[in-house]
Amino acid sequence: MAEQNTRDPRPTVIADELHIVYRVNGAKTGKGSATAALSRILRRGSDDAARGVRKVHAVRGVSFTAYRGEAVGLIGSNGSGKSTLLRAIAGLLPAEKGKVYTDGQPSLLGVNAALMNDLTGERNVILGGLAMGMSREQIKERYQDIVDFSGINEKGDFITLPMRTYSSGMAARLRFSIAAAKDHDVLMIDEALATGDRKFQKRSEERIRELRKEAGTVFLVSHNNKSIRDTCNRVLWLERGELRMDGPTDEVLKEYEKFTGK
Amino acid sequence: MSETTHDGTVAVTAAPSPDAGLTAAELAAKYGLSVSGARPSLGEYIRQLWGRRHFILAFSQAKLTAQYSQAKLGQLWQVATPLLNAAVYYFIFGVILHASRGLSRDVYIPFLVTGVFVFTFTQSSVMSGVRAISGNLGLVRALHFPRASLPVSFSLQQLQQLLFSMIVMFIVAIGFGSYPGPSWLLIVPVLVLQFLFNTGLAMIVARMGAKTPDLAQLMPFLLRTWMYASGVMFSISTMMEGRPEWVVRLLQVNPAAVYMDLMRFALIDGYSASNLPPHVWAIALFWAVAVFAGGFVYFWKAEERYGRG
Repeated sequence: MAEQNTRDPRPTVIADELHIVYRVNGAKTGKGSATAALSRILRRGSDDAARGVRKVHAVRGVSFTAYRGEAVGLIGSNGSGKSTLLRAIAGLLPAEKGKVYTDGQPSLLGVNAALMNDLTGERNVILGGLAMGMSREQIKERYQDIVDFSGINEKGDFITLPMRTYSSGMAARLRFSIAAAKDHDVLMIDEALATGDRKFQKRSEERIRELRKEAGTVFLVSHNNKSIRDTCNRVLWLERGELRMDGPTDEVLKEYEKFTGK
Repeated sequence: MSETTHDGTVAVTAAPSPDAGLTAAELAAKYGLSVSGARPSLGEYIRQLWGRRHFILAFSQAKLTAQYSQAKLGQLWQVATPLLNAAVYYFIFGVILHASRGLSRDVYIPFLVTGVFVFTFTQSSVMSGVRAISGNLGLVRALHFPRASLPVSFSLQQLQQLLFSMIVMFIVAIGFGSYPGPSWLLIVPVLVLQFLFNTGLAMIVARMGAKTPDLAQLMPFLLRTWMYASGVMFSISTMMEGRPEWVVRLLQVNPAAVYMDLMRFALIDGYSASNLPPHVWAIALFWAVAVFAGGFVYFWKAEERYGRG
């Protein structure tokens, strides 16, 4: 068991033998031909494999308990199931087997999907806030902070222009600013630190530390060992969807660095 | 690094905790943790959905605005698109095919325009409904909100689109001698009922489309068949003259035909109540309530499964 705050060892997230399976239609033979599709339909009723539905077993039986006040890092090579695990904890991906228990509603830091490039930055701030479940009053209250934090208006009045006119860095900054405007019980961050220029990165790291203080538990997915070391006190190491190691940051990172040959 | 962690929590080699022997489920129960991503009860779901009403409205308006934001004429297309649509249908059915049989020109043109707009409202609600989940998987997998927000929001977008089309409808009606009168007030209940019906239908196809995205390819054909059977371009009672009574009635109680006929009755002076089937308001109410309530429950039943890849 990792370190826990002895004053308040309250579990906030419990994963119990969690399995996540993605199903991909028509990827069995790699051919999307019409005859293949037809034979697939005709064989309906038999099991998934025969119908050409390929299963990707992304998370295989992961169990852990996270406590209030912990900052948990998730590491592992690409495709090891880190982001999938995060989404499953948030209740956004249905589990194939096993369960996740949470205290309150965990939320993923990110609103990219709710924003629309054809709308002005201004309307996107409101839309993104509403999508995250903030009330209109809360958004009005924080609107100026969000805009100031993003630094969009430092080079002129860009917030009233459609988001498609922004540079990719500017858009990423606005997205992060909107996402970070809300406080969360259980907060999950998926490599959000690496956006924008150096100045903005510093500012966002600071904001994440603030959010950590307010949040009960934080999960951070990152390939940057330094930011894991800076923010987390416990690390889960996933490899091929299995939990390879779970422990204090230093121990796990040492093993992980040995494994990746650094 | 020292044993003191970043936020000042002191790391301890924990003494055997009193929770050690508990299974995950027992531990969760002890501290009042709930299953992540479980489906809320129907009442709770309605409450959550109501809590998201601002998001639903903002999302529908954003979609509507984004639609024409790259065009030079901008939002003018909201009105121009339905107007052009009506002109094309008039050219084909009115001028070339003479589908106006039994109706005078002053009635037929507003009749056609109203039919096209009202049917388009249902048609596009269904088309956007079928992609409401499957076309927004990114959103579904990133944020928490009752998933019914999506089909409801898309139907609301179509309602706002129809309100723009109504401007054209009013102009055409007045242009052909149907002036605003007390019967125009009936437009409001007709719109409310049709909106409920459309939203229910959108929720049904949204769940089906989430499981089988192929439906999005099939839907245009089903909708076109439905359109030709609903009397958008012709009057059912005139076209079916001489056929058995029950065939006419069957065609007339179809919800699309009901809402179209009610709208025409409200708007057009020369379109009398004799064109409506008996008990038309009861039928309109029945379709709205039954399809909305049924669709809502049907959609809610799969709430926890949306977003599965």
